Amino acid sequence: MTNDFLPSGRVVLDASDISRALTRLAHEIVERTHGATNLTLMGIPTRGAMLATRLGELISQIQGSPVAVGAIDITMYRDDLRLRPARALQPTTIPPEGIEGRLVILVDDVLFSGRTIRAALDALSEHGRPELVQLAVLVDRGHRELPIRADYVGKNLPTSHTEKIQVNLVEHDGNDEVRIESEA
Amino acid sequence: MKHLLSAADLSRDEALQILDTAKQLSVATEQGVGKLPPLRGRTVVNLFYEDSTRTRISFEAAAKRLSADVINFSAVGSSISKGESLKDTALTLEAMGAHAVVIRHNSSGAPHRLANAGWISGGVVNAGDGTHEHPTQALLDAYTLRDHLRGGEGDLTGLNVTIVGDVLHSRVARSNILLLNTLGAKVRLVAPPTLLPYGVEDWDCEVSYDLDSSLDGSDAVMMLRVQRERMNAAYFPTSHEYSNRYGLNVTRMNRLSQNAVIMHPGPMNRGMEISADVADSNRSVIVEQVANGVSVRMAVLYLMLGGSESLK
Repeated sequence: MTNDFLPSGRVVLDASDISRALTRLAHEIVERTHGATNLTLMGIPTRGAMLATRLGELISQIQGSPVAVGAIDITMYRDDLRLRPARALQPTTIPPEGIEGRLVILVDDVLFSGRTIRAALDALSEHGRPELVQLAVLVDRGHRELPIRADYVGKNLPTSHTEKIQVNLVEHDGNDEVRIESEA
Repeated sequence: MKHLLSAADLSRDEALQILDTAKQLSVATEQGVGKLPPLRGRTVVNLFYEDSTRTRISFEAAAKRLSADVINFSAVGSSISKGESLKDTALTLEAMGAHAVVIRHNSSGAPHRLANAGWISGGVVNAGDGTHEHPTQALLDAYTLRDHLRGGEGDLTGLNVTIVGDVLHSRVARSNILLLNTLGAKVRLVAPPTLLPYGVEDWDCEVSYDLDSSLDGSDAVMMLRVQRERMNAAYFPTSHEYSNRYGLNVTRMNRLSQNAVIMHPGPMNRGMEISADVADSNRSVIVEQVANGVSVRMAVLYLMLGGSESLK
């Protein structure tokens, strides 16, 4: 039974699931980067940038020292730019350390075709040459269309092509949850 | 946005979208990104029938920073000087595959004709037509005002902008009045009666003949160039008298409120409408206006050409 007054779909991650997933991602990042020195988190707006901020706080709590966090807008680097009317640009913020020679981790909410990440890599290269670039995502839903994979995954969610993943974050949507919505 | 012909064509939301886009593009420039990719493979033609330094260079820089191909076409040194009509020039540009034409013309209405006659399929940007309009100048002025007086966000509600000088010949003034009103600012024109257009009392602004009494409460003073090349009659007795009554000098500048800014669309007649001391003072944002011009024109070109053509 669906109710028009409630968000449709099935909740697959609630607020505490998201919180635990992010905490685990933070620990994994610290472990695999040998203490997160030289680390810069670059979130992809809108929600990826919010997740990057959260991960940055978690990592700095673990490490006891601040982590550089920025945001990288990919709008002008999209391969489907010409398929829709011109889109609004999102902010790009580069931390004062820059990204040259840094260990950069791109952060996004959902990994799907991989095209967003391809665009982010192009956008990133305009700002310098990182020593290494990795990818952290909250949800990996499969269906890649490019040879791209995530290094850190909050939750693998096998989905069908017709389903839609809706990520809500407190900062933007008022609550934390991930839902699967099927196209009617 | 298919064309940009008049500042009146822009709704508040469209104008704010251009200013917001320009802001992000100027941040990219500050971050050292010299070239952005969204207009790769698009051709922008600068069609200039009238002399221009900053507008033409500004549009050229804007298009190139967005990776567009730029063709500059000026009246001197082209078949226009052999008497080719606007229509034939337009058909030539269409055959060459121009996606957008930036036109400056000495006849008011030429951009409108170019956009609506069916000669070309691309977008048209009015870069100044006769004494009619110059919408991208109004946008860069609004951007500069917003940056200085509104923290770079939102609209211009509550600002008082005083525009001084040769309103009669000024396309900058016309576009500014339209756009500033759209964005919620109040405009006051100050000029000798001979340099005010017929019917100015129906415009959406205050009109005064006296500069000194108009300075109080102004958040920005925009000085217009005295356009001697368009003046074929005696509009004022002498340059000296004009400068005395309508020129912005240090004494007048010091009467402005603490935060007020001084603007000029350029090119300036130093010593005529604005004294050199004022033009070079820290209240003057004239050089910033030029830098903002590139960002605003990038935003216009991006929003016109960056997306799909079919959905415009």
